[in-house]
Amino acid sequence: MSEQKVWNKTQRDTQERMSHASQYFKPGTKVFEAKDAVAILEAVIRSGDRVNIEGNNQKQADFLSDCLCKLDPARVNKLHMVQSSVPLASHLQAFELGIAEKLDFAYAGPQGGAVAKAIASGKLKLGAIHTYLELFARYFMDLTPRVSLICAYEADKDGNLYTGFNTEDTPLITEATKFKGGIVIAQVNKIVDKVQRVDIPGEWVDGVVQSPKPFFIEPLFTRDPALITDTHILMAMMALKGIYAEYGIKRLNHGIGFNTSAIELILPTYGEELGLKGKICTNFALNPHPTLIPAIESGWVESIHCFGGELGMAEYAAARPDIFFIGPDGSMRSNRAYSQTAGHYAIDMFIGGTLQIDKYGNSSTATAGRVAGFGGAPNMGCDAHGRRHSTPAWMKCGNEFTDQQNFLGDVPRGKRLVVQMQETFQEKLVPSFVEKLDAWKLAEQAELDLPPVMVYSDDITHILTEEGIAYLHRCKGLDQRMAAIRAVAGYTSIGLQAKPEETRALREAGIFKTPEDLGVDRSRANRSLLAAKSIKELVDWSGGLYNPPARFRNW
Amino acid sequence: MALTQLKYEFSPATPRALPVPAVHFGVVGSGDMEVIIENKDLGGKAVATVVTPVTGFDHVWEMVLRRFMDECQLGNVAISINDNNATPVVVSLRLRQALLEIEG
Repeated sequence: MSEQKVWNKTQRDTQERMSHASQYFKPGTKVFEAKDAVAILEAVIRSGDRVNIEGNNQKQADFLSDCLCKLDPARVNKLHMVQSSVPLASHLQAFELGIAEKLDFAYAGPQGGAVAKAIASGKLKLGAIHTYLELFARYFMDLTPRVSLICAYEADKDGNLYTGFNTEDTPLITEATKFKGGIVIAQVNKIVDKVQRVDIPGEWVDGVVQSPKPFFIEPLFTRDPALITDTHILMAMMALKGIYAEYGIKRLNHGIGFNTSAIELILPTYGEELGLKGKICTNFALNPHPTLIPAIESGWVESIHCFGGELGMAEYAAARPDIFFIGPDGSMRSNRAYSQTAGHYAIDMFIGGTLQIDKYGNSSTATAGRVAGFGGAPNMGCDAHGRRHSTPAWMKCGNEFTDQQNFLGDVPRGKRLVVQMQETFQEKLVPSFVEKLDAWKLAEQAELDLPPVMVYSDDITHILTEEGIAYLHRCKGLDQRMAAIRAVAGYTSIGLQAKPEETRALREAGIFKTPEDLGVDRSRANRSLLAAKSIKELVDWSGGLYNPPARFRNW
Repeated sequence: MALTQLKYEFSPATPRALPVPAVHFGVVGSGDMEVIIENKDLGGKAVATVVTPVTGFDHVWEMVLRRFMDECQLGNVAISINDNNATPVVVSLRLRQALLEIEG
């Protein structure tokens, strides 16, 4: 006689675990109290589980993360953490305490050094460093969480969640976990009678707790215009003339540095003067950057879909429903997976900064002793090879991509513009152009299979420095690309190897352009071109709707 | 803050005079610098004096200044730079902006 096959082992196990938790719930609800949070986690988490603590690069399930660290490592250990980001000290503490053992993630942010140390001490086994989309994909393949600890603004007694402006990763984590029989526990800022909007249905949530204080959010995308320098402005002027205008870039993503903030802030001034309104920068996959307010208010922008929220921008976004994605309840919903998909497939240009570019054009933000991770940049900083729709910008770049015929023959194909905008030297005279990336050293120290490269050279089409723009995709072969990189590398050791006659030939071929070649007047590269020169002026542009965090208020 | 003084001399091939007695540009803010260019009879030569807290970048200063002097060919001028950790990028920009100021 054959044994009866069981097909719902996970669901049964979930029921069994939840039966130990049920005593803590307020009768007839999914609500438990903060003082019982550790006991709940003890009931539902077992050694060896794959666990997700919602920690993306903005909102953090910080209370539940603290509670996880209070579990007894003798009873709960060898957890395999699968989560977007590990920016909190408690994320790493779980490894120090021996509760967690393995990590698969996308971004470490401020804990990059701690991750490297934990790997070196043997307390953390690294699975892989991913991009967001790549890690999300694996939640539905081989890294499905058994238990997820998520966060939201509001919950009702039935577990319905309002994630609102900072929806970010919550829907995706919840779906991956719950539909594979897992357990979902949410910390919320407030238990309410009726949530403002149901972002996550209560049936998918097993327990909710009002955390002692609101979840932590980092204002990652706020750049104070007061810190924008003349060099940023010179480079922004070159970007507008030599790239945005030249290719007619309408759909794009901006990186988070001051360089792209400078571009945003000269759209209503220099951009207007160049007659570019309506021709560039109409559709963004972008967090709600405060520095984009003047361009939005001046009528440049048609739509912005956001990966996440940004502190202080909720009210402004809600008041501009023609631009942002606003729900029937009147508040914005961000969803990182969708925005990353838009950023991967539907933009024509990614422009952002990095830390190091090697002589071949590969770039990385990894430095020795810091496992920073990738976040979303590689998915935007690449040509999406599954893309099949055309736009003029994508076609023009593809037509100029000289080496493409070596693979495709006479078949036309476009190309995403991937622009690295980088001063040749950073603070303390650290060169941005190097012989060999620090990523190699890191790979060795942290025993990675490959050096963590943020953007590979074959994806980069343009490098923009204060020296000018290198149009790398117009080069024939690696030797010419390397010469073009030397031409923009200034006084770094790479740049000093540039041969004047080679650089001259590249200028004649339109592969390297200086500010003068582009018709950019250096004497105008100063802060008078900025549409807003301070956070206060951004608030003024927004009509008082932008409410910056206290640390940015200096008036 | 210990300061280093660097001195460089240039002999332009086709020296041209500064059209004004002197020009001053920039401020010694953090990561920035000021430059003063003055007319001075130096037999066609140009001298540059740099006061900077940065050490170990003497050759970079020389290259940045040499490239600028090759381009502008100013002779009979004394250039004084007071630096506060400006990158070569900022140095080049300020020198060119100073020149653009006198040439309109």
